[in-house]
Amino acid sequence: MAEVTLVEAVNLALARAMEDDPAVVVFGEDVGINGGVFRATVGLQQRFGSERVFDTPLAELLISGLCVGMAAQGLKPVGEIQFMGFIYPCIDQLVNHASRLRNRTQGRLSCPMVLRTPHGGGIRAPEHHSESTEAMLTHIPGLRVVIPSSPERAYGLLLAAIRDPDPVVFLEPTRIYRAAKGEVEDNGEALPLDVAFVLREGRDVTLISWGAMVKETLAAAETLDAEGISAEVIDLATLKPYDEDTLLGSVAKTGRCVIVHEAARTGGFGAEIAALIAERGLTSLLAPVTRVTGYDTVMPLPRLEQHYMPSVGRIVAAARKANEFS
Amino acid sequence: MIASGRADEQLPVIARFEVRYRNYLAPDGAINRKLPAFASDTRLLVTLYRAMVLVRAFDLKAVALQRTGRLGTYAASLGQEAVSVGVASAMREEDVLLPSYRDNAALIWRGVKLEDILLFWGGDERGNRFSGPVQDFPFCIPVGSQAPQAAGVAYAFKLRKEPRVAVCLFGDGATSKGDVWEAMNFAGVHRLPVVFVVTNNQWAISVPLRLQTASETLAQKAIAAGFIGEQVDGNDVVAMHAAAEAAIDAARNGQGPHFIEAVTYRLGDHTTADDAARYRPTEEVQARWKEEPIARLRSFLAGQNVWSKTEEERLAAECQQRIDAAVERYLAVEPRAPETMFDHLYAKLPKAYAAQRRELEGGS
Ligand SMILES: Cc1ncc(C[n+]2csc(CCOP(=O)(O)OP(=O)(O)O)c2C)c(N)n1
Repeated sequence: MAEVTLVEAVNLALARAMEDDPAVVVFGEDVGINGGVFRATVGLQQRFGSERVFDTPLAELLISGLCVGMAAQGLKPVGEIQFMGFIYPCIDQLVNHASRLRNRTQGRLSCPMVLRTPHGGGIRAPEHHSESTEAMLTHIPGLRVVIPSSPERAYGLLLAAIRDPDPVVFLEPTRIYRAAKGEVEDNGEALPLDVAFVLREGRDVTLISWGAMVKETLAAAETLDAEGISAEVIDLATLKPYDEDTLLGSVAKTGRCVIVHEAARTGGFGAEIAALIAERGLTSLLAPVTRVTGYDTVMPLPRLEQHYMPSVGRIVAAARKANEFS
Repeated sequence: MIASGRADEQLPVIARFEVRYRNYLAPDGAINRKLPAFASDTRLLVTLYRAMVLVRAFDLKAVALQRTGRLGTYAASLGQEAVSVGVASAMREEDVLLPSYRDNAALIWRGVKLEDILLFWGGDERGNRFSGPVQDFPFCIPVGSQAPQAAGVAYAFKLRKEPRVAVCLFGDGATSKGDVWEAMNFAGVHRLPVVFVVTNNQWAISVPLRLQTASETLAQKAIAAGFIGEQVDGNDVVAMHAAAEAAIDAARNGQGPHFIEAVTYRLGDHTTADDAARYRPTEEVQARWKEEPIARLRSFLAGQNVWSKTEEERLAAECQQRIDAAVERYLAVEPRAPETMFDHLYAKLPKAYAAQRRELEGGS
């Protein structure tokens, strides 16, 4: 098995999906000869031709609208939005069309599309290149929102997203595109969507995260372990529809929960999870559910971004505090 | 086309463009120009005529149903019937239509049942299941957003080398949106088999065309995208059918996209929720009634001795009967169980929503 980076795993999954299914088409800005600004689509045009892998004009709304039209025709479009800060023109197509085409035609038409985009900060990028507005997307009924946190899950979940009969927004954690490395067997096997992954079992506190923050969350669990606090770490992976059972089951066991995300706090997806646990897991709680998140500020430019992102220290502190209750 | 008088006369001209205008029938039904070949088949013209009469009567009934609380907000196409009918009649079954909310006539032509249309505007998604070609898109409500989808549909046709065409209808207001431009631009780059038809009915609710654009024509917008834009008399169904047929055939034969500006006029309110008298002088509307498409074709057909008063009366009765039967079926449609709102949300209902669905079961 080869050790690959997360972005290489994305590339492997795209190639595999295109190999397996001639209906898969890949397009976006600079995805062709350039292989994408992050190299996620590198080599695909050479391999699959410029009809199936093509550069679009610089028009994000178009990219999402093309996806809808193609998907309704039975293609499996995989559109790329170069950075999440530029996904907003796509929202119209996602909210008003992609996510509801099946419902509004009562199953006559469907929209098996994937819209991929880098997610999150921490790479010292210019303004508008470090956004993590996944919560906005999770509010859209009929959509799937998926964020892998390792090469293995990037590969398996992207294959699942492409094969899924409904629209999926696939958010790729920019910060660990290259930093995350792992063994990935290019065997064409998908991982399940709508399922959370328990990365580490524990007794005392449940740490829930997704995307690049899983890295800090796992590191925090190590530190806590050394202090005698046993943390269960869950990678939510699919944010919509999310795996309530795994979260509630874990909290039932540990009685404590810390949610970690880099997006701003107010209305972030952590709020949804906290509400779920308050509604359905209250009796098992031994401490208040807390969130370690980005601040309710604009994502700062590079000189301050490390102060914005949740650190291992902040996560450890929150878990310790939760453990002081009992 | 003269954009402005500011050009420096000394500089050489490197490009010139033109926009053509197509019309055959004058408002009184007289022939302005040699008719296209298909027009010698008066049976086809009669069929187009019948389709326009049907949709006008249907619109009238739909508005009446709305007024009596039996239908939701409805957008009639009074005065614009020739556009949708002219375009739809030039399509093949296997082509894909991406209509705007006002294109009932096109849907009906393509075989969508009247009761389906009523069901949709009556507030039930089942209306969008459509009895017409299954790949046609439902009415598009967010203005212009169907245009990039049409480009996607056309790309699929091209990729699979299918001789099919995507036909996208929208209003003049839609041409102000980036969506339409982004779609046209892309269609031009890839020479896609797509025909864009703008129904220029002069108004976008209360906003007149001159506040929508400073362009002399809407057709010229295609020139910037690298393909032909033509203006057509949208009240002349012969011209609409001829233009659409030529454009669709060309697109099917690999000649790329085409843009048709159908110049017409919305004689009624924008929708049943609108009162056009607030922004539009009655005299203007009255003047435009003289150009409307149905009387125009009727005069022509009568002049050709292929249409009579008796036939007109018979047609009216037929339409009424067909519409009444459809209304009856529409009103008899069994209500949906509330929990079915989850049934087509995803291909398979995610586990996470099973409990929400159960909440609705039994109406609790
Ligand atoms: C994107 C969007 N903005 C606003 C509206 C509300 N709205 C509905 S119809 C309309 C006017 C559209 O005019 P036009 O495109 O000329 O089509 P027409 O109604 O004249 O057929 C507006 C503003 C909408 N449906 N979609």
